[in-house]
Amino acid sequence: MTADPNLLYSEIEEELRASVRDLLADHSPVSAVLARIEGSDGYDPALWRKLAADLGAAGLQVPESHGGAGASLRETAVVLEELGRSVAPVPFLGSAVLATTALLLAGDDAVRSLADGSRTGTLAVPFSTAPFSTAPGRPFTSSVTLGPGGTLSGRVTSVADARSADLLVVPAADGSLHLVETGYELTARTSLDLTRPLADLTFDRTPARPLTADPAVLAHTLLTGAGLLASEQLGIAEWCLTSTVGYLRERRQFNRPLGSFQALKHRLADLWLDVVGARAAARSAADALATASADAPVAVAVAASHCGTAAVRAAEECIQLHGGIGMTWEHPAHLYLKRAKADHLALGTPAHHRAVLAELVDLPA
Amino acid sequence: MSTASIEELRSRTRALLSEHDPATTDPLDFLRARFDAGLAWVHFPVGLGGLGAPRALQAAVDAELAAADAPDNDPRRIGIGLGMAAPTILRYGTAAQQARWLRPLWTGEEVWCQLFSEPGAGSDLAALATRAVPSAEGVWTVDGQKVWTSSAHTARWAILIARTDPALPKHQGITYFVCDMTDPGVEVRPLRQITGEAEFNEVFLTGVRIPDSHRLGAVGEGWQVAQTTLNNERVSIGGQRTPREGGLVGIVSDTWRSRPELRTPELHQRLLKHWVDAEVLRLTGERLRQQLTVGQPGPEGAGTKLGFARLAQELTGFEVELLAEEGLSYDDWTMVRPELVDFNGREAGYRYLRAKGNSIEGGTSEILRNIIAERVLGLPAEPRTDKDVPWKDLAQ
Ligand SMILES: Cc1cc2nc3c(=O)[nH]c(=O)nc-3n(C[C@H](O)[C@H](O)[C@H](O)COP(=O)(O)OP(=O)(O)OC[C@H]3O[C@@H](n4cnc5c(N)ncnc54)[C@H](O)[C@@H]3O)c2cc1C
Repeated sequence: MTADPNLLYSEIEEELRASVRDLLADHSPVSAVLARIEGSDGYDPALWRKLAADLGAAGLQVPESHGGAGASLRETAVVLEELGRSVAPVPFLGSAVLATTALLLAGDDAVRSLADGSRTGTLAVPFSTAPFSTAPGRPFTSSVTLGPGGTLSGRVTSVADARSADLLVVPAADGSLHLVETGYELTARTSLDLTRPLADLTFDRTPARPLTADPAVLAHTLLTGAGLLASEQLGIAEWCLTSTVGYLRERRQFNRPLGSFQALKHRLADLWLDVVGARAAARSAADALATASADAPVAVAVAASHCGTAAVRAAEECIQLHGGIGMTWEHPAHLYLKRAKADHLALGTPAHHRAVLAELVDLPA
Repeated sequence: MSTASIEELRSRTRALLSEHDPATTDPLDFLRARFDAGLAWVHFPVGLGGLGAPRALQAAVDAELAAADAPDNDPRRIGIGLGMAAPTILRYGTAAQQARWLRPLWTGEEVWCQLFSEPGAGSDLAALATRAVPSAEGVWTVDGQKVWTSSAHTARWAILIARTDPALPKHQGITYFVCDMTDPGVEVRPLRQITGEAEFNEVFLTGVRIPDSHRLGAVGEGWQVAQTTLNNERVSIGGQRTPREGGLVGIVSDTWRSRPELRTPELHQRLLKHWVDAEVLRLTGERLRQQLTVGQPGPEGAGTKLGFARLAQELTGFEVELLAEEGLSYDDWTMVRPELVDFNGREAGYRYLRAKGNSIEGGTSEILRNIIAERVLGLPAEPRTDKDVPWKDLAQ
């Protein structure tokens, strides 16, 4: 029996949320995100610097002894909520969550440069890679192989946050992890999510430094990523609900506010319940990961399964209930739909997480 | 003591157990002692079964007592008293009323029922027509008919709302009373329901005399008082604290595990979805409970009630299908008047039928969605035609 998870936000977490929200409101209003998406790679390096270095968000989960803030994954999750709510084009998930977690677990000092925001990294896996079990017979699959002198060769497609990365944490086919800084080829992809660019990476006898031979590090990194992504999905869903409620309160048709029609109220009440559930599930996953609870795999599978679906539904309802304006490029709703749908596939689909859950809680097919 | 620490509560619980060994103490005596020690509901005030402690600390007390095999007060049997009457009495009752009613309510010596709904006033509860008229000095005389009253046949007391001023608009002319179910003029008739049993009743009130000292809250403020009851009802229906896989999802999961021959891939997908929904709802309730460690439940409680009804109906429908041919049988259609709703003791068909009531009792799912939309999300109300009209001028 594990302890009850703490599902609330601490005062410190609420303060952190307020500063992240203020920063995003000042430097990355949705209008600015909209304006940026057609630029070179969509990223906002100035915003990233403010968030990562000035505010210290990049090193939240990193102990002070390694140059971080010594907070926990609960705080990191709060930042992700806000980044989801603002569809901010910054490589937080790749750098502060995935690469940082892997380097911390591998005990590698390169984590310092990520924690202080001076450099940015990511985990070189397809963004759709699901957390895997380290049980025998279910290895991680990759075409990247280890060559002479510890060099890497092979190709990894659809890597999130690779375009802005100074360093890559690259898993080889055996699940071992390697650090790569130069000597690879990067091809940009046109991604469904305009606020989180993807790239393909090709390694050809690329020099690499071994980080760890233990595949459990990669497994736990992906689990952490999937569990925290639920908080981003919560942020997306919440924005979609709030903006739709706001719109339907103002918009009048048939000589009354649209929000006074019961057919629409009931849809929003159901959506609200989804979002309330997403908050409870996302908090439970963040808390379980932060406290290294034995329950973390179940909590993550539940959160990933529920929040992934809730975010897409919220974004789809948001478009529909905004009517024609919801279909326009000028209105930000599509940014959220694209982020929500891409996130739905990222780090394991809800269906994948349910299948994992079936094993964890002994409900075999 | 205004704030008790978890350690203090544990040591008080141990003191209770050492002074009243559950193995040798009469269960009712134990429950009374527990109440008097302030360990019944720790968030209630001192003297009323509590210690003014955060509500969240109750779990520690309950766990300690369960481990010692202490008797419990069978909350399922006295759910209306615990979940609805008690918080209302606590908020609106006088000191004398609180002292009279709360202890036997909590120990289960006295069962409560809820005389709210009427044939003409269900979702539109404020339309109720039962009249309470001042007769002799300090006495009200009540006439009317209530319906769907769960447990009326076992109840000693009822919370009752009645119209005291028909000349006012419907929400304003209502007053809230406590009715003695043993009084002359109270007649309870069983109403058989789709499960075959009669868990609820019709209640006819004919010239029932209620002393003014049994009024809760001011004359004409019954609607506000009833809001406390209704908000607590939703939390209490949807918000029981359950462990993971507690309740219906546990029953279904156990069947799945023990009966591999029933499994199909399609059912597997559905089971997992329901399992996740159940866990998310459990966490939602848990989060609400953590938020509620102080204060009264607000309209958010409607959310867990709404989610609970949907899930219960999906799971029970699923269970009948999972059982395949066995799902064609029903355990027992005998007309009985049970003391409690036995969701766990009966079979799948019963659960399936009884769960249909989950989206009707305590406010229908449609009404709960309205509440969430208007009171949580702040969406505009439906246009209304009855708000400022005297009740007597409305079409009856
Ligand atoms: C098992 C069970 C136990 C009960 N126990 C008690 C009890 O102990 N004490 C007590 O006082 N009552 C009790 N009730 C009564 C319950 O509270 C009412 O049945 C309920 O409030 C609905 O009222 P109604 O039955 O008159 O339905 P109606 O109000 O006539 O509703 C019929 C349908 O119309 C819908 N509807 C109504 N108004 C609206 C609206 N504005 N917008 C959209 N849809 C609407 C409803 O959702 C429902 O689907 C119990 C009911 C059940 C089923």
